[in-house]
Amino acid sequence: MLRIEHIWKTFNVGTVNEKTALKDLSLELKEGDFVTVIGGNGAGKSTMLNAVAGVWPVDEGKIFIDDIDVTRLPEHKRAAYLGRVFQDPMTGTAANMQIQENLALALRRGNFRFLKSGITKAEREDYQEKLKVLDLGLEERMTSKVGLLSGGQRQALTLLMATLKKPKLLLLDEHTAALDPKTAAKVLDATERIVGRDHLTTLMITHNMKDAIAHGNRLIMMYEGNVIYDVSGEEKKRLKVADLLAKFEQASGGEFANDRMILT
Amino acid sequence: MEIVKLLNALPGACAQGLIWGIMAIGVYITYKVLDLADLTVDGTMATGGAVCVMLMLNGHSAGFSLLVAVGAGMLAGLVTGILHTVMGIPAILAGILTQLGLYSINLRIMGGRANQSIGVDQYDLWVSLRWVKDVPFYKNPIFVVGLFVILLIAVLYWFFGTELGCSIRATGCNANMSRAQGINTDISKILGLVISNGIVAFSSGLYAQYQGFADVNAGRGAIVIGLAAVIIGQVVFGKIRGNFAFKLLSVAFGAIIYYLVLQIVLKLGLEPNDLKLLSAFVVAVFLSIPYLKGKYFAKPVKRGGASNA
Repeated sequence: MLRIEHIWKTFNVGTVNEKTALKDLSLELKEGDFVTVIGGNGAGKSTMLNAVAGVWPVDEGKIFIDDIDVTRLPEHKRAAYLGRVFQDPMTGTAANMQIQENLALALRRGNFRFLKSGITKAEREDYQEKLKVLDLGLEERMTSKVGLLSGGQRQALTLLMATLKKPKLLLLDEHTAALDPKTAAKVLDATERIVGRDHLTTLMITHNMKDAIAHGNRLIMMYEGNVIYDVSGEEKKRLKVADLLAKFEQASGGEFANDRMILT
Repeated sequence: MEIVKLLNALPGACAQGLIWGIMAIGVYITYKVLDLADLTVDGTMATGGAVCVMLMLNGHSAGFSLLVAVGAGMLAGLVTGILHTVMGIPAILAGILTQLGLYSINLRIMGGRANQSIGVDQYDLWVSLRWVKDVPFYKNPIFVVGLFVILLIAVLYWFFGTELGCSIRATGCNANMSRAQGINTDISKILGLVISNGIVAFSSGLYAQYQGFADVNAGRGAIVIGLAAVIIGQVVFGKIRGNFAFKLLSVAFGAIIYYLVLQIVLKLGLEPNDLKLLSAFVVAVFLSIPYLKGKYFAKPVKRGGASNA
């Protein structure tokens, strides 16, 4: 499904801020895998997702989605294969456009856009049904500007947009981190339902170890730009937070996991 | 006596305002829809007129000449778009570069002269300031240009409802999101600049016909007048909740109001040479109002919506 082969990425080359964020990273996802990704700050989690999404080119290595080499494809072309939800609720939606217009944009991901109508009547009814699944009352507010919604509502909408046209791969970059615990649980719940219903191959970054264990069929831990722990199946189900912390300390040579990882 | 003079000047101000209203609609597309300040228009506002007048002097029809003028404006927008997206030059600077280059090009178009006049009696013009009064209504520039404004708004309303138009709006609103949804934001920006400058050149062509001459300096400060129209439209009609077409219409009315006010201050004894300073002042004040309001007169706003998230 997704195949990352020995990718490298260094930011700010030649300056004092030079940082190698990805070091010879390789990863392979099978069709239908739901992989949670954990790791401390600067471990390269978001960088990996951005590399897959094509936000910038990688320095070395190759990335395949469904055996298609996407390494040189620009971001907007790769979007045809990807659904993305970001950490910042402001990033995933167009605030000045209506809820239904945002959905219509998402439905046309990967299509050639020309002079056909930007949104049709049949679509509107379909969106109404799909918004009901989120259980946030958004189906009553189809023509409201997205900027009027709360962070949680926007994340849920972004999630729906990311999956409206079934993506080959769903990328979730700490998409509940900016939300209060109750809302985060609700968005996570919707994620679980949609991923399960459509059997989506998913990469989900989270800072919350409990969530990382509770969701998905596979868990990877990253450290300094590489995967240091990869666990799946029965073994993953038996995992405890304490196991992960121990693993993290072992990998980082006794360095403690940061506060945020322990507290959440 | 002064009042009568003022009233006599109003139809002319109205017609002029409408022509600049078309230009302001072009500015609206870059400034409001795409969220770019495009300074190319200071050049395009002269280019359109230059092309239109020169072609007509060479025996072409007004319609054909205007069409070519629009094409020239679009080309200028394309250059700015490529400078901005492909070459990575900040939008404002890209616009300034094109505008500066256009000055030389405009002079070349006009055969090296700073202005070229076109007589209303010898040529078959679409609009002229001589027809503001005492002509059948269908010749009146207010009617003719008003028709163009309505037509233009109808076309733009349709276009920004299409898939392509929506992708341009999305690009102006949130470029990251747009790329994640598969929109080529570079193409969107270029397209927006091309459309905008085409509209501005059309306005410029009409304006040259209206005045009876094309001038290399016709576009000086055009962006400021365009912004003034956009802002006045927003301030005067902003309270009314309207669709996109209504917003474009309020921009056109903003331009008319601008020219009416201009006539009034001229009649009050202000020198024409001081007008640019006045325009700059008015736009500076209105652009800063939202910021100052937020900074010094902020009212505590109850945060709503989070509870039902």
